[in-house]
Order: sequence, then structure tokens, then C-alpha cells
Amino acid sequence: MNEQVAESEGVQLDAAVGSVEQASQALREAFPGKVRPDEREGYEGVIVDADALVDAALFLRDQLGFRYLSSVTGVDYANDGLLESVYHAYGAESGALVFKVQVGCGNPEIPSLVSVWPSANFQERESYDMYGIRYAGHPNLQRILTWEGFAGHPMRKDWREPYYEEEHKPFKTRHPDGGVFRAEDRNPFGRNVQYSPGFDPAKWEDIAQSAVYDGLMREVKEEGLQTETITVNVGPQHPSTHGVLRVVVVLDGETVVDLMPVLGYLHRNHEKIGERCTFPQIIPYTDRLDYICSMSNGLGYVLAVEKLIGIQPPERAEYIRVIMAELTRIVNHLMAIGFLWNDVGAYFTPVIYAFNERELILDLFEMVSGSRMMCNYMRVGGVFEDLPAGWMEKARALVYDRLPRFVDEFHRLLSENEIWRSRSMGVGILPAEQAVAMGASGPLLRASGVPYDIRRVEPYSIYDRFDFDVVVRHNADVYDRFLVRMEEMRQSLRILRQAMNQIPAGPVQTGKKNWTMKVPAGEAYHRIEAPKGELGFYLVSDGGSNPWRYHVRSTSMINLTPLAEMCRGHKIADVVVILGSIDITLGEVDR
Amino acid sequence: MTDELTHPNIPVPEDLKGTVTLATWEKFYNWCRARSVWPMFFGLACCAFEMIAMATSRFDFARFGMEVMRASPRQADLMIVAGTVTKKMAPQVVRLYNQMAEPRYVVSMGACANGGGPFKEGYSVVSGIDKLIPVDVYVPGCPPTPQALLHGFVTLHKMIENTKYKDMIWYHNRGQGEEFAIPVLGPDIFDPRQIPLIQSEAAKTPVAANDSE
Repeated sequence: MNEQVAESEGVQLDAAVGSVEQASQALREAFPGKVRPDEREGYEGVIVDADALVDAALFLRDQLGFRYLSSVTGVDYANDGLLESVYHAYGAESGALVFKVQVGCGNPEIPSLVSVWPSANFQERESYDMYGIRYAGHPNLQRILTWEGFAGHPMRKDWREPYYEEEHKPFKTRHPDGGVFRAEDRNPFGRNVQYSPGFDPAKWEDIAQSAVYDGLMREVKEEGLQTETITVNVGPQHPSTHGVLRVVVVLDGETVVDLMPVLGYLHRNHEKIGERCTFPQIIPYTDRLDYICSMSNGLGYVLAVEKLIGIQPPERAEYIRVIMAELTRIVNHLMAIGFLWNDVGAYFTPVIYAFNERELILDLFEMVSGSRMMCNYMRVGGVFEDLPAGWMEKARALVYDRLPRFVDEFHRLLSENEIWRSRSMGVGILPAEQAVAMGASGPLLRASGVPYDIRRVEPYSIYDRFDFDVVVRHNADVYDRFLVRMEEMRQSLRILRQAMNQIPAGPVQTGKKNWTMKVPAGEAYHRIEAPKGELGFYLVSDGGSNPWRYHVRSTSMINLTPLAEMCRGHKIADVVVILGSIDITLGEVDR
Repeated sequence: MTDELTHPNIPVPEDLKGTVTLATWEKFYNWCRARSVWPMFFGLACCAFEMIAMATSRFDFARFGMEVMRASPRQADLMIVAGTVTKKMAPQVVRLYNQMAEPRYVVSMGACANGGGPFKEGYSVVSGIDKLIPVDVYVPGCPPTPQALLHGFVTLHKMIENTKYKDMIWYHNRGQGEEFAIPVLGPDIFDPRQIPLIQSEAAKTPVAANDSE
């Protein structure tokens, strides 16, 4: 596809007014006294008073063109007694405008921005769940990752988990007299649990399940045959939910009236553990976020840390990173297409085709990192090791010969299939306006006609050196998402060929290898175009050995926001197809 | 098939070897069972993808008579706990196990299911599925390679082949279809079997209590 044509035809995000500095200046002038610059050392953006937040957000969106709200998250500045809600908004070509709202720990309440940017929906719920910040006016402010009834808000600095040992790893309490003592050995229940004093389990009333159904809409018919709607749970154990996602569907016959994803069945306290780890110790955990794309996750994280420290990896490492990230994209899209076809009913045949090629790419990952899936290969300031002997020849054979042939074969096998076309065309339409408002990203956004690829609009690493097209399609349905992924594999192969030709010799790591590192105080947000979409890492450092706040802007979770919108009016059988076309990984949804 | 089943002490005439086998009923029955284990199509996290990889061409567990993966627990013999069991998911896992018919087996796949794995120290992860349901085979790794999982299956097959008739609880009245207690999502997850312990601990207090909220 010709990129020029694609970009001129595509629906653009509004062009932002000037640079981010000008925008924050304009914001300060529009709300004098309510908006002030964030003057803490190493911080950027502005601090907005809570009562002016909604007006300021509307001004940003409508007057200044920041129509894409990327990330919403909470931070607990326990030492100052403050809770902070941090927002990152983007325009079409601009960088991030960061704005924050600060409230006291005692009664934290902030107006909700769901009415301005619907993409804030799940993220505000997450922030409420983790920090207890109440977002006034949120349509359904319930816990999202833990369950209703859970005690406390686990990301608060004064909240301690049952197996708590110390704030920082490595835990010194483990070896007081040379022996090993673990916190779990001291737990009276022999399990990872704790109860507040006076808790009587015999009297407990389980509200975790009933609360889920409260936010759902049930249609009352005015005329015609009076029928009753029924509520059906799809998941958390269901072969088509790609893991442990639970979707509560309200049905009228077979037609979907309303739908709500229920998350948290794979919530593994990634962020809390991250705050206990030193900066390099987090890297293996990032592999387990989106476990199909471990290389991309690692890349996003180390880029965020490098942004905070301000170092550059050597040339060769940059090329190796791009090669790994693009190979990961091919793996991801192969699997996304394979499992999407599973959902349609082509039980396992496309998956077996896709896994054949995946195995070959995983062999390459195993050669460089020693592990097939959890590579733990990216390092702050470079990569773990140089490519082993014989790696390049194997990779070249794959990238130049086998994979291009395979992608063509896959295309011939699948794209024109009559059943597939009738199941996917016109199903799950997501108009461009809605896609942007709901924070969709990656192939989901580009299939809606928005040519937004972070590798192009805000090139990180060395993506500005490569010639590739941003794949865009305009029908915004399941079929187009499938075709976008097909074409993106070809574009990834293009990037790979260029990178393999240009890769220089040299070192792959700046500085020496260490398990801890000096990171200056401050904050950094870095986002990359992961195979599934925009993957962001928000880091706050207080100058210590581990991050004060470590947040993952999870693509998969935010891409679930428009699911209800896409499914309403379709049949129940289409729900799994639409869900498959979004391409989620539960490890990243729930973290 | 025949030679591996034939009892070493029972001679089979030379000309009938390969067509006739003489074995005990128990041995033949177990041999059949071990080669037709149907796993449940049930993935929790990262490990699930290595489990699927094991089902595809390179590793191909159809060689062991296991290719029929069933999405319904009623039709499955084997639960592969492939991934992290979170507190929110734990009631569902136990419920699924309760719904499986005897004889039922559990393979715990990967560090998380074995004992909490890298996420053990956190607040929302069950530190090992064996706290809730009985496990037959543990497969180490994070995630285990498909080869490791296959080894786990071979181990399970050996276990099935060595089962004695008197130990097959589903033929006797003891323990058949035993229901395991489903944990409840309270302020923290609690196992109904632990209620007396929790009450006695609560009376003792102070435990490590949370101040927030």
C-alpha cells in the first residue's frame, strides 16, 4: 500500500496547535491560577486544580486538538500526603501533554474525564482500585483488577501484602544469620493471605459476583413482543476468550443488548512487585506482561529507563533491538490471525500453520537469549549479549526466503475464503472518531482509517531510518483488522531486511552490567508501537535504586474499551470474533 | 502394541507373537486409559501458549493419544493448570476441578502453578494450586518448554499404568467425586476449610493489619 495515498485519505487526528510548550502555555493563560507548571526537579507538564479539570480537558481536546488520551494513572506521594492522577494526552503530531491533579490522601476525589475522553473509563477504575482515588461522575466506578469487597487499595505505599518483607530487593531480612528466612514461613495460614483483626469469615457476605452485574443496561421494549433479556457469562474459562477474560453479555434472543468485560482474573501485581525491584530487576517481569511479545515489552521498558537516565545504547544494539521487535511483531500477528480463525470455527488449522513459523522465530530468540518465550534480552543501555555465531545466516534465510513465501501462502489460504468474508465483513464496526475517543491503538486504530503509528509519528530507537508504510484500511470491521495484520507482517519483513543489511559491528552495551543502577529523580513516560498497539511505561524515580512508581499503559486493556460499542446489535457468535480481532493478551490486560 | 503388554512370566508361542498378548485385565485397562487422556482446553497465562505449541506440529502430543482437548470439564480427564492462579480465578479453578468426572488428574505446569513463581510475593496470587486441589505431576519451568511438558505427560502415563485396581477410588465408594471446598472472595480470599483457623487467629490479633482505608 502506498503510504502517501493512505495518509491523505485517512481521517487525521486534529493537528495540534503548535508544540507541547505552546499548548501548555495556552492552557495556563486560559485558566489563570488554576493551572500551574509542575516545577519539581525532573518533572514535566502542568498541575491542574481539581475543580477546573473537566473544563481544562475540554479546552485541551476541542481548542488545542489533544484528542487522544493515552494514559491515566495514579501515583502515591506518601511523603507529601498527596495522591496524584497523571494524564498523558496526545495530538496528531505532537508529543505528550502531561497534566496532573493532586489531592490529599484523606478524601481523594477527582472529577472523572470519561465524558471527555471515554478511553479514561477502565483506567480510572484501575486507579480507583489501586489507589482509592474516587472519580466523581464515573459511570461505573467499581473495582476492576481486584474484586468488590477487597480490603484496601494495594498500590498505596502504606498497604502491605501478606508476604511483605522489605521495601527493596534484595531482601536483607532473608539472611539474618546466614540461614534463609522467608516471609511466607511466618504466615500463620501457610498461604498468601491476611485478614484484618476481627474479621469473621463465617459471617462474610460474598458481593464479588453480584456487584458485577450492576453496571449493565437492560432494554425495556416499548412495543412488539415482550421478551426478557438474559445475562450470560462468557468466561473466565472459555476457549474463545484468549485466556481468562470474562465477558458478561446481556442478550435479547441471540442479539447482544449490552456487554461488559470483567477483568482481573490474571492480575499478578506486576506494578507492586515492580516497585520492590531495582530498575534492571523489572526487565524479566516485563516479559510476562504480553507473553507473546516479550521482546517488545522489554524494549518499551528499557527505553523508558533510558529516557529517565538520558543514555543512548550503541548503534549495533539499536539495530538488534529493532530486529527483535519486528520479529516479535510477526510472531504476534501470526498468532492473532490464527486464533481469530479459531474463533470463527476453523479449528486449529490456521493456528498450526502459524505455529510452524513461530517455532522458527522462537528458535532465533532461544539462540540469543536462551529462552523461547521469556527472553529477558533487553538491557538498559543495550542488549544482554551480541548475536551468536550463525544467528544472522539463520535469520536471513527466514526473513529473505521462508517468511515472505509463507505470508503470501497464508494470504492465499485465508483472505478470499467465502465463509471468512461473510463472517467478518461489516462485523464489529468501529468508526474512526470513536476509535480515537476510546483510546484504541495499533491495528485496531489503523483498520478504522487512522494512519497513526508511533514508529512514524514519534520515532523511537532508530525507526526513522527505515523505509516502511503505515498500513491503513477504512472499513473498520473485523476483516480489515485481519488484512492490516497481514500487511503489517510484510512491512515488518521490509524493516527487517533493511536492518539486517545496515547493521554495523561494535559493542552492544554501554557501561558495565549490574543488577542495580543510578537513576536521577524525575518522571518519564515512553510509549512504543508494540504489535498490539501503544504500549507505554510511566516511571517515577525518587533517586533511589528502585522506581517510586512503575505503571504500564496496557494496550490490551484499553483496546477493550470499545468492545461493548462494537458488539451491540450483533449476534452472540460475533462477540468472540470481534474480541479475537482486537487481539488481547490477558497478561497485559490484567498485569 | 502387544509385546509391551505381555507379562514376562507367561510365554506366548513364537508364531503368535505380535498378534496375541496375554496380560492381566488391570494392565490392559490401565494401558488403554493412559493412551486416551483427554486434557481440558484451559489456559490461564503464559504457559498456555507453550501448551498450545505442544499441540502443534513440531511437538504434537497426538502421538500420545491426547489430541482431543475438551473445553468442557465434564468431558475431560486431565486438567493442565497452565499459568498463574490468581485469587480471583482460584474459585473458578476449583469449581472446574469439581466438575470433572473421576478418574481425573491434574498437571501443574510452570513455576506459578507449582508455587506462585515469580509473582509469589505479591498480593493477588495463590501460592501454588496444590493448596486447593490435589496435583499429580509438577512440571517446572517459567514457562516449561513443550518438551518438559511432554515429559510431564509421560510421567503421568506411567503413574496411570501403575495404578492398582484396589486404589481406583471411582470403583469403590470412598472418595468418589469428592467436592473440594471452593474458596470465597472476602477482604482477602479464604478457604472454607480454614475458617476455624482464621477465627482463632483473629481472636489472637494483632496480625499484620492494613491501615489504609
